[in-house]
Amino acid sequence: MRVLRRNLTAYGFLCAALACFAVFAWYPMIREFALSFQKTTLVNPPTWVGLDNFLTVVQNPAFGKAWLNTVEFTALALLCGYAVPFVMALVLNELRHARAYLRFVVYLPVMLPPIVAVLLFRWFFDPGPGLFNQLLGFFHLPALAWLDSSSTALISLVIVATWMNMGSATLIYLAALQNIPPELYEAAELDGAGIFKRIRHVTIPQTRLILLLMLMLQVVATMQVFIEPYMLTGGGPEDATMTVAFQMYQFAFTLQDYGAGGALGMMLMIVLLVFAAFQLRLTREDKA
Amino acid sequence: MQRSTGLLVVTVLGLSATACGSGEPAKSSAGGAAPVSITVACQPAKSAPKERQAWDDDVATFMKAHPGVTVKSTDQQPCYDPKTFGPKLAGGQMETVFVVPVTNYNDVIGQGQALDITPYTSEIKNWNDLRPDVRQLVTKDGKVYGVPNVHYGVGLVYNRALFTKAGLDPNTPPKTWAEVREAAKKIAGLGAGYVGYGEYSGGNTGGWHFTQAIYGRGGSMVTDDGKKAAFNSPEGKAVLQNLHDMRWVDNSMGNKLLVGWESLMMAMGSGKVGMMLGAPDVVTDVVNKFKGSVADYGITGFPEAKASLSGGEAYMINPKATPAEAKAGLEWVDFRFNTAGKGRFDFARGKALGNPVGVPDNDVYGDSATGKAIKQDRTANATLPVANYQPYVDAAATIPPKAEPVHAQELYAILDVAMSGVLSRQDANIDSLLSDAETKANSMLATKG
Repeated sequence: MRVLRRNLTAYGFLCAALACFAVFAWYPMIREFALSFQKTTLVNPPTWVGLDNFLTVVQNPAFGKAWLNTVEFTALALLCGYAVPFVMALVLNELRHARAYLRFVVYLPVMLPPIVAVLLFRWFFDPGPGLFNQLLGFFHLPALAWLDSSSTALISLVIVATWMNMGSATLIYLAALQNIPPELYEAAELDGAGIFKRIRHVTIPQTRLILLLMLMLQVVATMQVFIEPYMLTGGGPEDATMTVAFQMYQFAFTLQDYGAGGALGMMLMIVLLVFAAFQLRLTREDKA
Repeated sequence: MQRSTGLLVVTVLGLSATACGSGEPAKSSAGGAAPVSITVACQPAKSAPKERQAWDDDVATFMKAHPGVTVKSTDQQPCYDPKTFGPKLAGGQMETVFVVPVTNYNDVIGQGQALDITPYTSEIKNWNDLRPDVRQLVTKDGKVYGVPNVHYGVGLVYNRALFTKAGLDPNTPPKTWAEVREAAKKIAGLGAGYVGYGEYSGGNTGGWHFTQAIYGRGGSMVTDDGKKAAFNSPEGKAVLQNLHDMRWVDNSMGNKLLVGWESLMMAMGSGKVGMMLGAPDVVTDVVNKFKGSVADYGITGFPEAKASLSGGEAYMINPKATPAEAKAGLEWVDFRFNTAGKGRFDFARGKALGNPVGVPDNDVYGDSATGKAIKQDRTANATLPVANYQPYVDAAATIPPKAEPVHAQELYAILDVAMSGVLSRQDANIDSLLSDAETKANSMLATKG
């Protein structure tokens, strides 16, 4: 009893947190699960339709393209969004001057509301007077259609996503780098290791857990890419930027087919759960 | 993580409709009927204070004339938003009286999201003066689900100032697609940034305008029984070929894809776009919302038109409304939106407020007595150069209206791909684009039944 009383505050906080999760995370997930097997107009009571919603989703003409685009976006966003911040963190970690200032500059894009950042890039990508084509022109390179061509639209969204999210990842990597004991680098140097060997044999092993965690978080986040296609391309041209999350939105809010939206949401959640489980298992094996 | 936050925000916004109340609680009527309270959508935003005041005045006048009825207004903009529509209904936040654009009639009625108002149509005093074809659009299986209050056909909106600048006569706008191409070339030739002809390519607006164009050429989107796609036709090919040639041969359509309604409207308002397909309300929106100069815009008939996609809106009643609320709601609709000289048809007040009056943006009453009275009143109080719209008025009278296809939004999404294809790729294969779209549409129609 005394123990319980002593920990009453902690239990209070725990209950509040559990209540928040229950109301704002778990209940909507359960509702979405149920919704994916129902037909509803949100007026009359929903009817159970078995797997019909999943069939509707799979038979949608843009379904395959949306998944392909999402996987491609995730791969490209990881390539840029995983490597660039890590390199940036390494550089920042080595700097002796203006570190605080540069950290602020790197983090600045994260502080911009995503909508503002995306609208900024709409101007950057403008095929006429846009900044990027002006830069290409400065170097006597041909202008690109950026968002207006099915061959460059997706990579343009990757550029936006990388710029918007790089700051957070960089700071997390930087924190991990700063926790590496300097003696390890000194020992490596004494053994004659150059910079690349030091990164390979000291930095990467020492930051492995953070790298794996960030990999999972970034895959989960990038697979849900929505704002960029919603604001910049509407999923076009020619469905080149149609993503799973954007298609989910279209099912629910353009076509008012909430069941199909829910079904697609469930599919995405299952894929991400499988990935997360696989990744966690790898991490555990790695630890063992 | 920011992405999921964005999606969440959109959803939360969708679920949270704000109600801005106006009007004091009513006492029971003299006849002893129980007081009834209704909420009505479409109060003008605070950024339009004069229009909002006029609305509030109408609410006060209505409540005085209908003791026992309390009217509360909501000012969500836009009035009808498919993103918030379902969640508002589910959350019990849907107004008693709400507006639905013609593009969504089928969805809303088909899903049982509007009340059957057949027993109450007598509340609309001019009901029988409404065009029968327009009334038919809100009728399903013999039951009436809405009161149309706006109807128009599609025409060609053009910038008269740019026509003059390009050496074209603004008083003889293009009548054929060949003339449209020639005019577009000359306008684009004015210099960098000038676009002869603007067109949508995404956000379902591309498919919507494809429908307008194919209807105009005499084609159809679906077969008469609505079970098969019918757009892979000579008319459909002509629509895409014409756009492809204007974009890539004439270079008269600019180099930017336009996605969503605002994009083309904004471009039109900038004064650098020569022509676009659109209804007369485009002129009002370009002037009111996108700072276009009113004297610059004219509208003419759809080139070589054989039919015109119907546009407009209707007021519908919340399916959860009680009979008393439904009756009061329709009395409000009758007062504010369907009576000559009152509410939205009070052109004298509009003129006094400095609103643009004179755009022939509403033919919901056709040539009936009410329709004639409205037109006469609009012309008498016109503040706009009505002569600029006369070519449209003359042409519209001869063009038969044609309703939206079944599963319109799904078809528009499919045709967005073809539209963005011809506007973004010089080597676009039109046959292949249409054939792909046809396969997808047939699959969708078979699934939807």
